[in-house]
Amino acid sequence: MENQMENQEFLADKIRTQEYQLNMGPQHPATHGVMRMILQLDGEEIKNVEPVLGYIHRSIEKMCEKSSYKQIIHLTDRLDYLSSHMNNEAVTLLVENALGIEVNDRIKIIRTIIAELTRMASHQLWWGVMGMDTGALTTFMYAFRDRELINEIMEETCGARLTMNYNIIGGLRYDIHDNFVKRVKEFIVHFKEKLPEYDNLLSNNVIFRKRTEGVGIMTKEQVIAYGMNGPTARASGFECDIRKKLPYSAYGMVDFEEVLRTEGDAFARYKVRIDEMWQSMNIIEQLIDKIPEDDFRMKTKPIIKLPKGDFLQRVETARGDFGVYAMSDGGKNPTRFKFRSPSFANLHGLNKMSENTKIGDLVVNFSTIDVVVPDIDR
Amino acid sequence: MKKEELQSLLESWSLDLTFIEGETQFLEVEVPAEKLSELSLKLKEESDTAFDYLFALTGVDYGKDLGVVYHIESTTHNHMIVLKVKTSDRENPNFDSVNDIWPAAYFNESEAYDFFGIKFNNHPHLTRIFMDEDWKGWPMRKDYTDEFNMLTR
Repeated sequence: MENQMENQEFLADKIRTQEYQLNMGPQHPATHGVMRMILQLDGEEIKNVEPVLGYIHRSIEKMCEKSSYKQIIHLTDRLDYLSSHMNNEAVTLLVENALGIEVNDRIKIIRTIIAELTRMASHQLWWGVMGMDTGALTTFMYAFRDRELINEIMEETCGARLTMNYNIIGGLRYDIHDNFVKRVKEFIVHFKEKLPEYDNLLSNNVIFRKRTEGVGIMTKEQVIAYGMNGPTARASGFECDIRKKLPYSAYGMVDFEEVLRTEGDAFARYKVRIDEMWQSMNIIEQLIDKIPEDDFRMKTKPIIKLPKGDFLQRVETARGDFGVYAMSDGGKNPTRFKFRSPSFANLHGLNKMSENTKIGDLVVNFSTIDVVVPDIDR
Repeated sequence: MKKEELQSLLESWSLDLTFIEGETQFLEVEVPAEKLSELSLKLKEESDTAFDYLFALTGVDYGKDLGVVYHIESTTHNHMIVLKVKTSDRENPNFDSVNDIWPAAYFNESEAYDFFGIKFNNHPHLTRIFMDEDWKGWPMRKDYTDEFNMLTR
């Protein structure tokens, strides 16, 4: 007994607090791919998040230096596989602009419709996973039910469900399927009914609101300084939608809103994506009846050579501002091909976002920046 | 601000800049390595330029030289500038870090270090961000030989 008392006294002198490290990943389900994070913690409070990258690095940029421009297109949908069509579009637009090829309106409109369908499919998947990360397991099923309809449309027209490879230089690989217009219209009718359900299920859920509102606030100045982009940055009031800023394809022909919010918290980031799905439907509705009869492919040279110089093309993918930067010496391969990845840029803000929050909030914050790990690792 | 206006403004700063001639998409400027941080700070602070958004930072191997290309945008004026720095030192290439001016450079500079071996002075935490820590050589350099690659072997 006496001995125990002594021990306790001894411990009281020695007890202290210290920061410790916790490993999250690489196979943690909340990391949306194979990524590892080293957390520096004080109790449950996060002091620092250090991502450890490279688990799925495939040196795509190096492969591009040995590939022709036609081949490069098909490497890009392995970056951000949820925005594969927009990634393809970035490379095709880069080459077309460098060569001065102007595609016809039919191609432009079809590209835009498919891009918006892809964006919706991506946001649906994100919504399902976001719900799952916060403990609402059914959202995943709801999202996949609706996403399946888009995938079926893609399958019919592009021949693939996820990595579509539908864009080629100077046009599209195939013409649209006869059912395309009908099925897209059916989908819009269906999804207009279902999207309010998403709000009822998750957006207006008390538990979900408490977990997201006021969590991980980023100001506009921080978002710009950290180079963040896409819906994540628009939730903090940063106008960075490339579809508005530098319109490409058919975005100049349509009237749509850039979704902006000013709160900058996790709920704002969540809400921006929900509202973007409404805007995507709005864009598709304006275009779907306007597809003119024309060729779906322009004539191009069999071997594509870019003129000497540097070229940059930016498009708005579901993650944000995707940039393709090519350096050409006039040959058929680029000397340097760089992908400016929106997920990589957003990841940098995660540390700031999670400062002095709890571990549970990190999962929410990580979900709301919506990264795709292959897009980070390249 | 238009390309020409931007060029004449930068010329008046007399920082020993070389402007790349020809039909370029944006104003492309070659900066001497020792003037890089001075110019970067000025580009960000001056209200006429206000370049506050580092869009991309790209390491490049030109064959003989190594270099870095910065794409910087202004969110207020919506214009873009391309800065290029080069060095012929392949053994120990180093430039000043712009991390303190644009925090967005933090990971991107690590990436350029990882693939090209370009060091950035005063970077707080320069690591091999994608490759293994014990990886030998700089894989994106033109003279790098990959003994495991079946296509080039």
